[in-house]
Amino acid sequence: MTQLPKSTQKKLGLVIDLDTCVGCHACVISCKGWNTQNYGAPLSDMDAYGGEPEGTFLNRVHSFEVAREQAPPMVVHFPKSCLHCDDAPCVTVCPTGASYKRVEDGIVLVNEDACIGCGLCAWACPYGARDMDGAEKVMKKCTLCVDRIYNENLPSEDREPACVRTCPSNARHFGDLSDPESEVSKLVAAREGFDLMPEQGTAPVNKYLPPRARDSLDIPDLASLCDPVPGDETTPAAKGFLGWLDRALEKI
Amino acid sequence: MHPAPSLIIFTTLSGIGFGLLAWLGFGLRTPTGIAAIVFFGLGYGLAGIGLIAAAFHLGHPERALLAFTQWRSSWLSREAVLSAATLAIMAPHAAASAFWDTQLPVLGWIGGALSLVTIFATAMIYAQIRAVPRWHHWSTPPVFVLAGLAGGALLAAKLTLALWLMLALSLAMVAHWVAGDRRFANSGSDAGTATGLGNLGKVRLLEPPHSGRNYLLREMVHIVGRKHAHKLRLIALGLGALAPALLLMLPASYVAAFLALGLHLAGMLAQRWLFFAEAEHVVGLYYGR
Amino acid sequence: MPSQPAPDLSPQVSDEVRKTTCYMCACRCGINVHMKGGKVAYIEGNRDHPVNKGVLCAKGSAGIMQHNSPARLRAPLKRVGPRGSGKFREITWDEALQTAVDWLKPLRQTAPEKLAFFTGRDQSQSFTGWWAQAFGTPNWAAHGGFCSVNMAAAGIYTMGGAFWEFGQPDWDRTKLFLLFGVAEDHDSNPIKMGLGKLKARGARVIGVNPIRSGYNAIADDWVAITPGTDGLFILSLVHELLRAGKIDLGYLVRYTNAPYLVNAADGPEKGLFLRDADGKPLVRDRNTGQAVAWDTPGISPDLGEGVEIGGVSHLPVFRHLADRYLADDYAPDQVAERCGVSAARIRAIAAEIARVAFEEEITINQPWTDFRGVKHDKMIGRPVAMHAMRGISAHSNGFLTARALHMLQILIGSVETPGGFRFKPPYPKPPEAHPRPHAGHAPGQPLDGPHLGYPLGPEHLLLNDAGQPKRIDKAFSWDAPLSAHGMMHMVISNAHAGDPYPIDTLFLYMANMAWNSSMNTSAVMDMLTDQNDDGSYKIPRIIYSDAYSSEMVAYADLILPDTTYLERHDCISLLDRPICEAEALADSIRWPVVPPDRPGHEGVRPFQSVLLDLGARLGLPGMVLEDGSAKFGDYADYITNHERRPGVGPLAGFRGNGDGKGRGAPNPDQIARYIENGGFWIDHIPAEAQFYKPWNAAYQDWAVERGIYDSPQPYVFNLYSEPLRKFQLAAEGHGHRQPPDHLRARLIETMDPLPIWYPTFTDDVTDPAEYPLHALTQRPMAHYHSWGSQNAWLRQIHGHTPLYVSGEIWRAHGFKKGDWAILSSPHGKITLPVVRMDALNPHTVWTWNAIAKRRGAWALDDDAPEATKSQLLNHLIHELMPPKGDGLRWANSDPVTGQAAWYDLRVRIEKAPAGQSVSHPHTGAQDSPVPPAPQTVAQHVKD
Ligand SMILES: Nc1nc2c(c(=O)[nH]1)N[C@H]1C(S)=C(S)[C@@H](COP(=O)(O)OP(=O)(O)OC[C@H]3O[C@@H](n4cnc5c(=O)[nH]c(N)nc54)[C@H](O)[C@@H]3O)O[C@H]1N2
Ligand SMILES: Nc1nc2c(c(=O)[nH]1)N[C@H]1C(S)=C(S)[C@@H](COP(=O)(O)OP(=O)(O)OC[C@H]3O[C@@H](n4cnc5c(=O)[nH]c(N)nc54)[C@H](O)[C@@H]3O)O[C@H]1N2
Ligand code: SF4
Ligand code: SF4
Ligand code: SF4
Ligand code: SF4
Ligand code: SF4
Ligand SMILES: [Mo]
Repeated sequence: MTQLPKSTQKKLGLVIDLDTCVGCHACVISCKGWNTQNYGAPLSDMDAYGGEPEGTFLNRVHSFEVAREQAPPMVVHFPKSCLHCDDAPCVTVCPTGASYKRVEDGIVLVNEDACIGCGLCAWACPYGARDMDGAEKVMKKCTLCVDRIYNENLPSEDREPACVRTCPSNARHFGDLSDPESEVSKLVAAREGFDLMPEQGTAPVNKYLPPRARDSLDIPDLASLCDPVPGDETTPAAKGFLGWLDRALEKI
Repeated sequence: MHPAPSLIIFTTLSGIGFGLLAWLGFGLRTPTGIAAIVFFGLGYGLAGIGLIAAAFHLGHPERALLAFTQWRSSWLSREAVLSAATLAIMAPHAAASAFWDTQLPVLGWIGGALSLVTIFATAMIYAQIRAVPRWHHWSTPPVFVLAGLAGGALLAAKLTLALWLMLALSLAMVAHWVAGDRRFANSGSDAGTATGLGNLGKVRLLEPPHSGRNYLLREMVHIVGRKHAHKLRLIALGLGALAPALLLMLPASYVAAFLALGLHLAGMLAQRWLFFAEAEHVVGLYYGR
Repeated sequence: MPSQPAPDLSPQVSDEVRKTTCYMCACRCGINVHMKGGKVAYIEGNRDHPVNKGVLCAKGSAGIMQHNSPARLRAPLKRVGPRGSGKFREITWDEALQTAVDWLKPLRQTAPEKLAFFTGRDQSQSFTGWWAQAFGTPNWAAHGGFCSVNMAAAGIYTMGGAFWEFGQPDWDRTKLFLLFGVAEDHDSNPIKMGLGKLKARGARVIGVNPIRSGYNAIADDWVAITPGTDGLFILSLVHELLRAGKIDLGYLVRYTNAPYLVNAADGPEKGLFLRDADGKPLVRDRNTGQAVAWDTPGISPDLGEGVEIGGVSHLPVFRHLADRYLADDYAPDQVAERCGVSAARIRAIAAEIARVAFEEEITINQPWTDFRGVKHDKMIGRPVAMHAMRGISAHSNGFLTARALHMLQILIGSVETPGGFRFKPPYPKPPEAHPRPHAGHAPGQPLDGPHLGYPLGPEHLLLNDAGQPKRIDKAFSWDAPLSAHGMMHMVISNAHAGDPYPIDTLFLYMANMAWNSSMNTSAVMDMLTDQNDDGSYKIPRIIYSDAYSSEMVAYADLILPDTTYLERHDCISLLDRPICEAEALADSIRWPVVPPDRPGHEGVRPFQSVLLDLGARLGLPGMVLEDGSAKFGDYADYITNHERRPGVGPLAGFRGNGDGKGRGAPNPDQIARYIENGGFWIDHIPAEAQFYKPWNAAYQDWAVERGIYDSPQPYVFNLYSEPLRKFQLAAEGHGHRQPPDHLRARLIETMDPLPIWYPTFTDDVTDPAEYPLHALTQRPMAHYHSWGSQNAWLRQIHGHTPLYVSGEIWRAHGFKKGDWAILSSPHGKITLPVVRMDALNPHTVWTWNAIAKRRGAWALDDDAPEATKSQLLNHLIHELMPPKGDGLRWANSDPVTGQAAWYDLRVRIEKAPAGQSVSHPHTGAQDSPVPPAPQTVAQHVKD
């Protein structure tokens, strides 16, 4: 299955809102929890309590700082997992067919039983979305929770990725990005969602929503109401704060 | 990229091995009997050791046969198929040379061509990877192919040919470095495109996702000091191509040829180490590297 | 193309889901624990739960790793090596309990105050307090004193409730949200969910914080305030709003003490309210010009004019307030530099508050009736909400800063109105409705009342006849009159010094006092190990209950090992810290979703059950039957059957026959009903009672029905705090209870009935040229204090504590990637790696809180980065200030509440010499009472 399908029936993916992500790592750990118990080998942790712990994670949250001219620097928390690219180079490089993109929904998966652990797909992925499991020596990656989204043992409202379900600030959205009417597509359209490294030619399905304008509050001074109320010049009312107070209290 | 010894050995030795086999296949040298056993044995041996070394890089070598299935799209699979095909097709030619004192030129030529394509396929495993701009360039296959051919020629004791190939190889290496040093910048990928935040200002990593290390960092983010790289380049160029070429310009002698071979091998190991170690993966952009 | 593999798309997730309450932090989210073959397999959020509505934070999702932690204790321990060595012998529970009885029984019979029982991250404070009361020691409190008592006390004294667990922004309606000094807070998931709602609506978020990370990173506007100056910034906003008349006068007249007349006549009543014969505060009626009782029907209270009596003009509170804050001292131009915020920015923020509050007013068409009987046909909201936490409260000016913030909220009429800040029941509850503190103890007797409370004047201080503090922590003394949560951070140093008196046994629960919760870790370790000439310890006995191999374990003599949170009953009670929402009353439980299991060892027991057992063995009242046998089998039995007042017990739900809400007889099936209901109980407030709770007749009646009050308790907000004025009066020399002279000036300054701002004490004492930088810690969202590091998943996220320094500092000191810094304060020096961060107040450096670990603790390897590349800022802090000119060492706390002033820390930074690779100081190593942790973890629970 190393060849990519010519097209997929759906493009299931995530939309991640960089305006809203607080960098809490909840999605990272819920992903770890779900995928340790489900699809394929458990996600291991090597040297788990030692000097150089190194575990398998399918989703990671980076933090970037953006230096701006004339405005204070921004900090942007940046979650990243597999983007389920349309032109997924990780799939085409795979010598065994273990990596494949599903025809029905575009999800990129690794068939762990066929994976020889050569690591080439991880090299081919520009985004660092793949992780070789230290214990099992097979390639792990985000499954888009393929074992949740169709899972008949789960109540229907839970048929969404673990990371989406858990995100406390609702910065992660899941849906079909090939359907312009889907909630995710509308969100992408409304908020000008973008691709990561479009120049890499991978055509990612996952989209990112940019942070909204920051530090743009620019309101002129509050007029002082302690001066006589406009339109009330006829009354020789007391000026200043007490005068205003007196008039204002009259109106209560 | 992490300069894994298994991959350095794989690409270097299998390159020379297939280079030698190519010359043997093309009939540049037609040994028979014991000599054939030695020459072909050397070719098969080096290619084989290289391939075995490659298997050490695998998490699940026991499933290696599956790697023959995806030749339609995967250069690694192609490399596996081609190397196996080469070794198989070359085998009758080799056996005929060794045991029946006769060549099977058609198979030899096909095997020779396949050897070259195999080396090319090895190079393409790396050259196809767009995420490593330094590799993703036309100059990568020439380095691999010329290295194989030059080393092979040396092993085949075709010294004049080896001399010219060494010179060509030195040019290819230089071209690869010169082009390579600009490729990352020219790839268009930077922290701005990696995060999509480039239009807001200058993007800098504040905190990596984990305080510890991870597979990606170990595998794909390797930093070589500039000075260090410079020195190694000189070593690779000097030992790998120029010094052997000089030695080959001397009157032919076993000593000079062996010395040239030794230097070439050492230089090529340095070149391969650098090939990996210097290669910057765009994922480094997510880690502030 | 070969056919596509067909993975199992519908795996069985678990064989059973057990719903309980998370305790990876104090937020108390509901969790679904998925079980496989009787083992915990996977934890996710409970969608029905009022707190988290299905979401879960990183810690919550990592609960399985905490539950399976290699650092879990396995048996009671008795110390065999010197304190701090970590050398223990495992003992039986019988021996452990007998030892405790042998130590405690004689104390109770002779001097119960010699037991000091303090609890940390305890969620059963109403229970542990009740136990301590029965024992008879005045020395009990939880950790609030070093945590956030400024926030709590300022809220209670000002408006009958605070941020945090007492109330929340109206997330669904707010249009402008100001967040002061919050990195994470207790309402961990609800704040994130709320921010998510605001973001979805595109509402504006303003973050006031020296550091732009986490919540502040997503704030639309970031105010990089200089630490310790929020009070000044807030009062400047007040100045602007007053100057522009952008305040809700109607609200002030109806719901606050703004119109109360303040006695201006010199004497012992000066500054108190004028009152009538019934003690009712007087206001000036604009219709008649007369002073009448504040609640006289039909009057029109004045806010500007006063009344003249005997030639003295007594002005209303509001007039005092306006006079004070309209003064130029608070003009944006005056405060800008000090606060590190430009005057234009201050004006813009004030203008935005005014615009949203008054031009984007919202109304809900919901009639309601106020406590005066006046009917209103709608609810009017000012959709500006605010929230604050330790960034303002963990300073020595925190109490008044928090008061200033509440004053700001009240002035624009945004408390308990739609779109603003809303209380969660059982709040609002004014100080008068809370108890007073008690410390009356006698041998063999229970204490004369609850330990903690809200003093209304000097008469409620806990001082003996000689004026000495009655409590070991000196709470409710002149040092910190309103220390409503006690002062846990002073216990060890006071006990070590025998001041105000020596104690015998220090009993701690769930607090890592030898490490991250102490204000000077190295000094505290010394005090805990300090010996008398005869070789006995200065603090003779230490009993400690922890569930894990923490640093504190090594410093105790007797360890009572607790279970993990999935192995025991707990009760998150309305008597304690409620989980209620602004719309609903709610409480919840934990229950043993798995039995405690420590094969091959004596095993662990739930601490509360152990405490009941101990209480019964000591014969404590309420814990034994008449025949002297134990009254409660275990904590679950207590939760079900204990009654605080008739019909009111730890759990409010399913009382009586199962329908009882808040009130009702104990129901033997109560816990089962909670489990059936997902581990919690919720009861929605009727629509007409949803807002204006302090003044809403329907709410007051509903609250009485639910057992929150025994009678309606309407009240008005205290812009002007009379209790504070009473302490000030004492300091001025009035009344018979007088403060010591050295405290008079400070009391006069800081017990101001109207909020003021003063520089933090450290700023006063520490030479800014020598220590030019502010040093802060922040809570990492993915760790809870010291607990997180034993968690294989979480420790990979934050395994060390780099010091984040601004670009300015980075350049000035020539730092390069990989460098280390030496940070010093008057109290110590630490070294740690540096990282550059530009989105910082330029005079501030910071690191993560409580990631650093002592070698040997938490089952971590000795080379763990938590020990080698991490430090606590606590080594640089101290519970006392450096000596001042007066030769005295003042407490490093808020002078009103005693809250530990963690964030007053000032430091100097230097580049560490090259080659630094291990952080300093090295605090030694402790033996581990648990076996080494496994190398590799990859647990796939199979059924
Ligand atoms: N520098 C600096 N220091 C600070 C602060 C700061 O901001 N900066 N913040 C301060 C504040 S606000 C606080 S609240 C304190 C917090 O500090 P602590 O109250 O000391 O909190 P923890 O480190 O979580 O320690 C709690 C202990 O409880 C144990 N424990 C965990 N679960 C259980 C259980 O189920 N049962 C039992 N019996 N024990 C358990 C843990 O193992 C740990 O040893 O830190 C304070 N220290
Ligand atoms: N994940 C997680 N959650 C927790 C905890 C935990 O350990 N981990 N601990 C719990 C406990 S015990 C507590 S007390 C709460 C505390 O919750 P928070 O109050 O959110 O905790 P801190 O991390 O102390 O945050 C203090 C914030 O105030 C800022 N700050 C410091 N000084 C100033 C100042 O002068 N002005 C302003 N405006 N800001 C300032 C700091 O930069 C920091 O962002 O969190 C609770 N929740
Ligand atoms: S859970 Fe949501 S808010 Fe938290 S890091 Fe992930 S995407 Fe961001
Ligand atoms: S993100 Fe990486 S792993 Fe995922 S499909 Fe794209 S290239 Fe492949
Ligand atoms: S590591 Fe596995 S999935 Fe990746 S390319 Fe190799 S065989 Fe394919
Ligand atoms: S979709 Fe599933 S596998 Fe992918 S990051 Fe989210 S939780 Fe992990
Ligand atoms: S905030 Fe996280 S750790 Fe705290 S109770 Fe909720 S889920 Fe558990
Ligand atoms: Mo706290």
